[in-house]
Amino acid sequence: MFLALVLLAMIPSLASAAETQAPQIQEVVLENGLKVLLLENHKSPVVTFQVWYRVGSRNELDGKSGLSHFLEHMMFKGTRKVAPEEYSRIIARNGGRSNAFTTTDMTVYFATMSREKIGIAVELEADRMVNALLDGNSFEAEKKVVMEERRLRTEDNPTSALAEVTSAVAYLVHPYRRPVIGWMSDIERLTREDLRKYYRSYYSPNNAFLVVVGDFSAPDMLAKIRSAFGKIARGPEPPKVTLEERPQNGERRVTLKKEAELPFILMYYHAPTIKSPDSYALDVLMTILSSGRSSRLHQDLVYKKRIATSVSADYDGLAVDPTLISISAQVMPDKEVAEVERALNAHIERVRTEPVTDKELEKARNQAEAAFVFGQDSVFGQAMRIGRFEMAGDWRLLHSYLAGIRKVTAADVLRVAKKYLDPDRRTVGVLIPVKEKAL
Amino acid sequence: MRTLLALALLSSMTLTGPAFSEIRPAPQRTVMDNGVVLLTAEQRGLPMVTLKFLLDAGSRHDPAGHEGLACLTARLLTYGTRTRTATQIAEALDFIGASLNTGCDQETASVTLTTLRKDLSAGLNLLADVLINASFPPDEIDRQKQAVIAAIRAKAEKPGEIANKKFAEALFPQSAYGRQPEGSEESVKKIARSDLVEFHGNFYRPNRAILAVVGDISHREALKRLTKAFQGWEKGTPPKDAFTPPKAGGPETIRVHKSLTQANIVLGHEGVPRGHPDYYAIQVMNYILGGGGFSSRLMEEIRNQRGLAYSVYSQFDAAKLAGSFQIVMQTKNETASEAIRIAKEEIQRIREKGVTDEELKAAKDYLIGSFPLRLDTNRRIAAFLAQVEFFELGLDYPERYPEFIRRVTRADVARVAKRYLLPNKLITVIVSDQERSDGKK
Repeated sequence: MFLALVLLAMIPSLASAAETQAPQIQEVVLENGLKVLLLENHKSPVVTFQVWYRVGSRNELDGKSGLSHFLEHMMFKGTRKVAPEEYSRIIARNGGRSNAFTTTDMTVYFATMSREKIGIAVELEADRMVNALLDGNSFEAEKKVVMEERRLRTEDNPTSALAEVTSAVAYLVHPYRRPVIGWMSDIERLTREDLRKYYRSYYSPNNAFLVVVGDFSAPDMLAKIRSAFGKIARGPEPPKVTLEERPQNGERRVTLKKEAELPFILMYYHAPTIKSPDSYALDVLMTILSSGRSSRLHQDLVYKKRIATSVSADYDGLAVDPTLISISAQVMPDKEVAEVERALNAHIERVRTEPVTDKELEKARNQAEAAFVFGQDSVFGQAMRIGRFEMAGDWRLLHSYLAGIRKVTAADVLRVAKKYLDPDRRTVGVLIPVKEKAL
Repeated sequence: MRTLLALALLSSMTLTGPAFSEIRPAPQRTVMDNGVVLLTAEQRGLPMVTLKFLLDAGSRHDPAGHEGLACLTARLLTYGTRTRTATQIAEALDFIGASLNTGCDQETASVTLTTLRKDLSAGLNLLADVLINASFPPDEIDRQKQAVIAAIRAKAEKPGEIANKKFAEALFPQSAYGRQPEGSEESVKKIARSDLVEFHGNFYRPNRAILAVVGDISHREALKRLTKAFQGWEKGTPPKDAFTPPKAGGPETIRVHKSLTQANIVLGHEGVPRGHPDYYAIQVMNYILGGGGFSSRLMEEIRNQRGLAYSVYSQFDAAKLAGSFQIVMQTKNETASEAIRIAKEEIQRIREKGVTDEELKAAKDYLIGSFPLRLDTNRRIAAFLAQVEFFELGLDYPERYPEFIRRVTRADVARVAKRYLLPNKLITVIVSDQERSDGKK
């Protein structure tokens, strides 16, 4: 799931809200606790309908990693009314596209269809919120599918495997240390009963919310939603995640030796979520470090020194619990990873000791504003953004995001760089390529 | 994640969009005085504009021994012009938060600008400058050659990329369609500045260019601004196009050993070019075989029934002058032979028994019903318009598409399955831990 997480991680910095064009989001909470977020957008004749469950790998226990994601797969295996795999086929026959994904914090199901057909998705989602069978004959085959997914995404993907092992070291206590897809031996041992219990605990109207964006009228859509979801009973309060990561004291290092072509270095620093006011300055800092070809890391490591093929500095404040800054680089052929690390360190030290320039600040603001507009180009992208802000705390944060970015000063950037890019609070992962001899 | 598809969709943020027929006003087309085919679609919803250039300047024009020249030329456009250094270009773009990307495949090179409406003048200046005045500074050439070679190496650690490359090489040996457009380490090293300047001079000409403009701008305004921006960009005499359609190779089995947990498998053979009269019947047939996600037979048999793979699909790729058919899947080394056997059985089954009425209807309903979802963003509309022009489909293509699909019959599907699925010509590529995947261990 590393790829998916990385993509999601890009959303907040690329796409943020402007008070100038604040979209008119309506919030309604049904009696059973289901929150509904609606945004009309009539630019095209389609609607995206999304169900966001507040459950992901952060809710899993040791030995049961991958349960959220496995359950996501099994949600397509039918209900009392709908045969296995029929969900996808019904949506497709009606000209729609559907899919789902799981992250550390959430499990999301979505369908995008014409405005005439979207009611079908509303009905199907309401049905599987309570009636999923989960245990049909497909359990064993689907477990194998998930294991193949893990092989594809992690086992045979060197940078993804590095991210997995580095996260596992960056966190000692918090469940973010475990991969979303789960450890192979855990996946193998998950049972039907695990799925049933998990489904009963977390899949309920009061632990979910809906995001609907597109070409509909809000009263009509709300009527459809009430009729489909209104009768579902409130579920039990899901257990709270209380595990807290203690502050890290001293750098941790991990290496991964694997068949690969180019070395890769990854640095994780602990960082707060968007609920912290420091979040905005961190976004600006990451933009100055690596957004665009004129950014500091790109200019120096890729362009001038030519020691890295690519660099990136990412921070995703849209998380439920404290998260990580990720600074990474792929090493240019015939260059040393140590040299890349030295260059990264020099830049990190520099932002911790001298303020960024006014021009850099202005550029970062312009980049955030342009990305905000570009991010509204699709209704799916808009829905994702609303959902991610809601998941991280409150969708209303979306409306104050760009204002938050505009307020950031050079002194703020310096302060957060000092505070969070502390070498004693980081974990460094290095991929060391090994060559297997040919048969 | 339910399927890999979602990754691509999430990354491009593109799942929904306007039915093409509902774009108001309808797309307009003008051939400019300098020969540029200008297509526009006014979309006033957001203060942004996307401009997409498609040039007949792809890697099929690479001279022998200098493979990679076309793509290196495209790549270097934004690394220096007569009046701007690479860093100045990067600074100017980042300062307005715009993106200016170049790309290249076997047939075309592309240059795409997305900018806020308020920065359109600055963006247009940059776009015109890199297209017309790219200067190919020697140190930038050196730098980008190194970057391309690094990218070729990085691709070599991705098993899917290796399988794809081996398949293409076996399918179209001796042809640009069988080569990766970026070239090889060896051929890229040989490219000289004079090659780049000459290629740019020959191929980056307005009369070889299609330009789609979508967003907060009218056709008239676009035409006026572009006429001004492209002053001095002159038509060229196209070099003689000595292209001959590629001759397909195969059958063949190619095994590549890597220390992997999964076998990455590609099975396939020649397909048809985009303009082929059976193109639409083939697309319907392929949807049922393996193109239709969870509705496809390959997904049902290989994934749902047996749990052999996370991702399995088939596709008929159709370029202007060549096409291919392939089935792509990954399964743990130990089940490689089983997965290949089942895929081949499905090819046989659809050839021998055709499809049911119900399958045919489901395929047509999806293909027709989901068409509007393909045009979900300004950027995708721009790419679509440029393709419609390149493949000469006509601006009324979205109105005609449903009929192309609707008229496909069960007999058509049975006929094209027999004719265009060729079990005796299959090229099989298996990138895996060979000791485990060949049944010896």
